Amino acid sequence: MAVHKRAYRPYEGPLTSERWRFLVLPRYGLLELFESRLLTVFTVLCFVPFLIEASAIYIAYSPAARALLDISSAGDFVRKPDFFFATLTLQGGLAFLLTAWVAPVLVSPDLVNGALPLYLSRPFTRAEYVLGKATVLLTLLSAITWLPGLVLFALEAGLADGWGAQNIRIAAAVFAGSAVWILVLTLLGLALSAWIRWRIVATGALAGVFFMGAAFGEMWREVLHEPWGRLANLYYLVGLVWRSLFGMFARRSMAQEMFNDGPGRDLPTWAAWAGLAAAAGLSMWLLDRRLRGREVVS
Amino acid sequence: MPPVIELDRLVVRLGGRTILDGLTGTLSGRAIGLLGPNGAGKSTLINALLGFHPAASGAVRVFGADVREAKALRRLIGYMPENDAFISHMTGVRFVRYMAELAGLPSEAALERAHEAFFYVGLGEARYRKLGTYSLGMKQLAKLAQAIAHGPRLLLLDEPTNGLDPPARQRMIRLIREIRDAGQMHILISSHLLRDVEETCEEVVILKQGRIAAHCDLESERRSNRKFVELETVGAATSFTDAVQGLGAECAFYPNGHGIARVKVVLPDEVEMRALFRLAAEHDVQIRRMNYRRDSLEDIFLAAMKEEGGVRGRP
Repeated sequence: MAVHKRAYRPYEGPLTSERWRFLVLPRYGLLELFESRLLTVFTVLCFVPFLIEASAIYIAYSPAARALLDISSAGDFVRKPDFFFATLTLQGGLAFLLTAWVAPVLVSPDLVNGALPLYLSRPFTRAEYVLGKATVLLTLLSAITWLPGLVLFALEAGLADGWGAQNIRIAAAVFAGSAVWILVLTLLGLALSAWIRWRIVATGALAGVFFMGAAFGEMWREVLHEPWGRLANLYYLVGLVWRSLFGMFARRSMAQEMFNDGPGRDLPTWAAWAGLAAAAGLSMWLLDRRLRGREVVS
Repeated sequence: MPPVIELDRLVVRLGGRTILDGLTGTLSGRAIGLLGPNGAGKSTLINALLGFHPAASGAVRVFGADVREAKALRRLIGYMPENDAFISHMTGVRFVRYMAELAGLPSEAALERAHEAFFYVGLGEARYRKLGTYSLGMKQLAKLAQAIAHGPRLLLLDEPTNGLDPPARQRMIRLIREIRDAGQMHILISSHLLRDVEETCEEVVILKQGRIAAHCDLESERRSNRKFVELETVGAATSFTDAVQGLGAECAFYPNGHGIARVKVVLPDEVEMRALFRLAAEHDVQIRRMNYRRDSLEDIFLAAMKEEGGVRGRP
């Protein structure tokens, strides 16, 4: 490799496929993220609940393991949708923490020092830029939400004859519920990263969107005795969507216990979908406003 | 072979203001200078070439392709922006490799080209340092490295010597000349520094208030055998300049105070220099200093700034 030669020569070699070129962004993004040991440790910790749950399933179906641990009866908790709902709720919370950590460093470093025009002066569109940056989060969040969820489902389906076929809706709910949550978190995280320069402020803003929104929604509900203020509570909205996906409205479920809901205090499911869609739409609008080759000041 | 850049009544409006107002022209030089005072529309034209600012009307083509097909075209373009443009936590070589990959180079080729580009611009020893630790001059060179690493056919340099000290400026000018002389790519240099453009370019477009005020081939101008004389005089008055103009010469008079004045004269071919001495003696004018000068870019620029409307030089 003649790097010592100080002479310019044109490039005449092959080019990569334009269709998949956006994957350059997540490749570099993930490599940089995992240069942080703290993030690596946190990501590994995100799999701890999954390992515990996988162990619980195994123990429930293994008389030998139960005998070894001196457990007389495993119960049938792991067979119910509530088990997978609880898994999704826990992993969804971890996904939020991971987003708060990772999202602020995805877009803002490109904007702080004006690197965005360099991306867009290449055969690379704004949509591909957003897709590339989003893929970093989509990959990480998928790895800790629906992927372990489906592995648990597959494990249980493998251990209990016929259970998988009878409960296929659970697998669909795990995937679809995770996908909705990941999409909302990703778009919101990227939008905040695009508009807020400082990492700590962006992390705080993301937390604020969720916690302040939740506080506002619950205060509204308590004071006005009607549920529409809860549209500001994104975690509640996604919980409602998950409940509908898991088919948990027919009875008072664990989800209702967790969210402390009484009859008539819930929003309709369509409102939850609409609220999440509005949050995603608003995030996309914010990204569109911010990610331009050149800022035009009117 | 299509011209490098074709402007066809290009109008660009931003924030309700017309920034580029009906630019028309064909640019084909190996190194093209884009001159104009601040706010003339130089950077806007570069952004229009990149497809960042859409044309309100008219069109702009690069190598015969409309910039509205920007994605395919950008493969052929290298861009060095005026302002800071880097990712501070990345090392220099990683940043250039990243940008080369985004331009379509496979990973290994991009790495090789990134190293080569860094050595080429003279930053070989600093290539593993984070860009945030670079000096201003080094950042400018890193910007140049990322602009050439993927082997573009057209290099857009927006104020490439901005903020550089004299040695760094000289290095940048030398690099631009080397790239030009290598003959592998065309260069468009936007600058408000006449000297930079004069030292590097062979074709110049001068913008004024969003219009082309002058478009000329510097090489032809340099070759033209116009007798350009600059005089430093004492006691010169309008009667002297009128007499000089009576010879058929173009004449500009710049009084400096205390009776000292600079007089710029373009003599017709048939007029000898001694005619000036004769007129000076007749009008009791001392000629303290005399320089023969070709029609410099500064003169072209000043003339273009004075002219209202019309285009000087090429249509």
